Amino acid sequence: MALKYTEKTIDHFTKPRNLGTISDANAEATEGSPACGDMVNYTLKINPETLIIEDIKFRSYGCASNIATASIATEMVLGKHIDEVKKMGTSEAANELGGLPPVKMHCSVLAINGIKAAIREFEKKIGRILDEKRIITEKALLNILRDVIHPKNGVNLVDNENIQRIRIDGQDIFIIITLEPDEEIYASNIHDEVMEHLESMKCTHEIMVKIESKTGNFI
Amino acid sequence: MDQNIIYLDNGDTTRIDDDVLDLMLKYYRYSYGNPVSLHSLGIDADEDLSQARKTIAGTVNAGPEEIIFTSGATESNNMAINGVAEYLKNKGNHIIISSIEHSSVKAVALRLKNEGYKVDEVKVDTEGFLDIGDLKSKFKVTTILVSVIYANYEIGTIQNIEEIGKICREKGVLFHTDAAQAFGKLKIDVKKENIDLMTFNAHKNHGPKGIGALYIRKGVKLKKLMEGGSHEFNLRPGTENLPAIMGFAKSAETAYMDLEANNKMIIKLRDRLIEGLTKIDHITLNGPKGSSMGMRLPHNVDITFHYIEGEAILMHLSLRGICVSSGSACSSKTLEPSHVLTAIGLKHEQAHGSIRFTLSKYNTENEIDETIKNVTEVVGILRSMSSFIPEEHSELLNENAKTFYKNKNNEG
Repeated sequence: MALKYTEKTIDHFTKPRNLGTISDANAEATEGSPACGDMVNYTLKINPETLIIEDIKFRSYGCASNIATASIATEMVLGKHIDEVKKMGTSEAANELGGLPPVKMHCSVLAINGIKAAIREFEKKIGRILDEKRIITEKALLNILRDVIHPKNGVNLVDNENIQRIRIDGQDIFIIITLEPDEEIYASNIHDEVMEHLESMKCTHEIMVKIESKTGNFI
Repeated sequence: MDQNIIYLDNGDTTRIDDDVLDLMLKYYRYSYGNPVSLHSLGIDADEDLSQARKTIAGTVNAGPEEIIFTSGATESNNMAINGVAEYLKNKGNHIIISSIEHSSVKAVALRLKNEGYKVDEVKVDTEGFLDIGDLKSKFKVTTILVSVIYANYEIGTIQNIEEIGKICREKGVLFHTDAAQAFGKLKIDVKKENIDLMTFNAHKNHGPKGIGALYIRKGVKLKKLMEGGSHEFNLRPGTENLPAIMGFAKSAETAYMDLEANNKMIIKLRDRLIEGLTKIDHITLNGPKGSSMGMRLPHNVDITFHYIEGEAILMHLSLRGICVSSGSACSSKTLEPSHVLTAIGLKHEQAHGSIRFTLSKYNTENEIDETIKNVTEVVGILRSMSSFIPEEHSELLNENAKTFYKNKNNEG
């Protein structure tokens, strides 16, 4: 598959900004996993008084767009108040790069959510937010599924109308995802991505994700 | 076109030979008749078609009447597997394939499975060689077809086709092999190797794209994929693509005429590339190695560079004018790592770090040395910034980060 990256993406890929690790960081997060082929690590220095991000560095195991989105995300959040960063959308890194191919849009989600995860850890540490038990509701699940990007068109699974059914039954979560015939080749990737995102909730629920094909082909 | 490109993706496709293209242009410009036409242009075209069929058949010791022209290896694989499954459905519904087949075999088998056929996959070992014991254990009375890739497109493993063919023949089961990568690189004898059906094409050997063939041993019957005219012994309708067929014949003839000289030169380059790249720490050569190196395709090198991701390596090399491919999920459209690499036991993160280099007769020693130099540099750069370096190898991080990025930032 030929990938066309923008000049800005290539620039950030070949000359990443804010690369490395801050040794005396007060916030840190690693998002993604080596098995998925993309993993970003952020270290930040957040001013505990002003809550401004005073320094941020990243390291990346991933493809060109993984590196580029993480690089530009560090530039975008540097000097900003953490509340402002928390409001950022997951496609903002991609937009700032002038767009990414649909199949690479998930990199932008990873890059932005990685920084947000570090901020969340920091806020818990300073007692700004409570380490609350997350209540699993259908709305909460839909929010998580909005972070799973369809590789075909770069739109999340909820807006792309792939989520056919969500059922929460005591300790069990059932999710049924429907794919069009031309989406079937992505079944395995979508299944793995959904599982990875749901497992990141670290809840005790049993999660079952079923992928269905409109042509009736069992996947 | 950039003349300075170092092209090491010949397993995907190759540059067409100049004399092949010249010949094809002649057929487009002057000898454009349809072989079915009754007039003089048609008669000439029909004679040329027969001659091309004879030439191509001769390269694999087949008879001309055993060669069907198709649009390429994908169609040939579809035709062989679908065609046999459909024709023999009253005899049985069990098909055996290997776990490292090309998608045009694997996907057809999967669809047949969804339609009610039984499909078994035979294991391969860590170098990609078919587990013959496992193959033997898979046969049932209902088995109608075995399909095993002749030489693998990703890791270069050449199977013992003669032995697999013999086993199938003894069991009375048809044997198909996808020889898209092997054809033009290896001597193939369909009779000696007990092959019933064989897929091959032109564009992997400096011939045109969009043309391939299916060898169907005399007496083997199958159902055709498409309906239409009675072309290709009433098995594949549609006007024969004569310019491409002539180019196919020419390129096949050249490949087999120069086979030994080319292989000698390409193996020398391949081994130089392997030697140079194995000087990099924390790498694995995927596919046959050591004593089984002789069973590796002459032009194939597949390496996992640990702790980094293949698409990023590929992109860096591409920006430096070097064309390679990767088995990483991030370089595939479906975001799945190569099933060939996972079949030989690689973990996902090892598959993600793989790069395939496939050589041709047009590569030079100088290009190989340039490639080694650039790959070494790129691997160092990506490792210097990787978030996946184990603590015991933290030296990969710091040292490189300082040397490379400081310099780069100063320049820019």
